[in-house]
Amino acid sequence: MLNKTERQKEQILRMSGVNPLKCMRCGKCSGTCPSYDEMEYHPHQFVYMVETGDIETLRNSDSIYKCLSCFACVDRCPRGVEPAKIVEAVRLTVIREKGVSRITPNEIPALLDDETPQQLLMSAMRKYNK
Amino acid sequence: MKVSYFPGCTLRTKAKDLDNYARKCAEILGVELCEIKDWQCCGGAFVSAKDEVASKLSSVRALAAARDAGQPLVTVCSACHNVIKQTNDAMQNDEEFAAKANLYMSQDKDPSEAYNGETEVYHYLELLRDVVGFDKIKEAVKNPLTGKKIAAYYGCMLLRPGKVMNFDDPENPTIIEDFIRALGAEPVIYPARNECCGGYVILEDAKSAEKKSNKVSESAANHGAEIIVTACPLCKYNLEKNGSSVPVVYFTELLAEALGVKEDTDAE
Repeated sequence: MLNKTERQKEQILRMSGVNPLKCMRCGKCSGTCPSYDEMEYHPHQFVYMVETGDIETLRNSDSIYKCLSCFACVDRCPRGVEPAKIVEAVRLTVIREKGVSRITPNEIPALLDDETPQQLLMSAMRKYNK
Repeated sequence: MKVSYFPGCTLRTKAKDLDNYARKCAEILGVELCEIKDWQCCGGAFVSAKDEVASKLSSVRALAAARDAGQPLVTVCSACHNVIKQTNDAMQNDEEFAAKANLYMSQDKDPSEAYNGETEVYHYLELLRDVVGFDKIKEAVKNPLTGKKIAAYYGCMLLRPGKVMNFDDPENPTIIEDFIRALGAEPVIYPARNECCGGYVILEDAKSAEKKSNKVSESAANHGAEIIVTACPLCKYNLEKNGSSVPVVYFTELLAEALGVKEDTDAE
C-alpha cells in the first residue's frame, strides 16, 4: 500500500505526464523563468522535490501560483522534462480540495476595472479555482 | 474559401475591434468566416493536466463542429488559439483523454461520430500566410503603412509549446514581421518580443504582471517602436494598464487600415 506522499507523487506524475528522472538539473528552466524572482521554489526544484517526495513543502508555498503558464521552461528544456506541467499538477492537487480556492468569486469584483478582458477572468477560474 | 470561425468570449465584449476588423478584412481577401453555432468560451487557459476533461469540452465541441462542416477552424485571439490547438493535440495523441472526452460528447453525438483531432486549426495570421499568402495581401494594400516602425509582440501563447503550436520558430519567429512588411511598414526586432507579459497573474499578483509587461514595452520602446502589435486582448490590456509608452494595437486593426476598410468598419 502506498503512503500519502507516494500517492501524491504518483498522482502528480500521472496528471502531468512528466518523468522527473529525465532531468539533469541544469537549471535552464529556472534560468529562463520570467517569474524566478517571485518564486520561493523554482521550476527545477519542483521537478526534484516531487521526485524526492518533498511535496507538502511545494503545496504550502505560494510558488504554485506564480507560474505564468508561458511554457518558456517547457520549450527550452534540453531534456523535454516540461516543468510547467508539474507545477500545474501540484497546484491542482491543492485547489481541487474541498473548500480551497486561491481566489473566490466574491473577491473578484474589487479586482476589476472597466477594461478587464473576460479572458483574464476565465483563466483565473482555471488557475485559482476548480 | 469557407472556414469555421471561433471568435471567443473577449472578442464579443472588450475586444470587439479585434473581431470586427478580422471579419471585414476576411471579406476583402475572399475568405468567408462562418461563425460556429452556439460556440462556448474556450476557458482562457489550457489546463495541461491529463485528467482535466470537462473544462476542455467546449474546445472539443468547436473542433467537432468544424470537422462536421468539412472546414478548418480559425481563431483570432491568441488564448483561444492556444487552448483549442492544445486540446486538438490531446484529442490526436492522448487516447485516454480522447476516449473520456468522446464519452461526454456522446450525450449529444452518436458514438460513430467520435472526434479524434481531424480538424485543422489555423490562427488568423496563419490563414493570411498559408492560405491567402502575404504576396496577395501586399497587392490588396491600398494605404501602405510606409515608414511606420512596428514591433511585433508574440508573447507566449501563439508560439508555445512550440511542438504543439507549430506556428513558427518559437525562438526566432518571423510571421508577424512578414505581415508588417506586407502592409508596407517596417518591423522592429527587439529582445522581449517572445517573452510573456505576465497577464495571467494580474488578479493574483499585479506587481509581478507589471514587472513583466514593462519589460516588454520598454524593450520595444528602446528599439524605436512607434506601435506594438498583438493578437492577444490580455497582452493589450496588461501593457496598456501598466503604462506602455508605445501604443498597442491589434494586428487586425493595422490590416484594416492598410486595406482601406478601417473607417468603414468603424462606421458599421
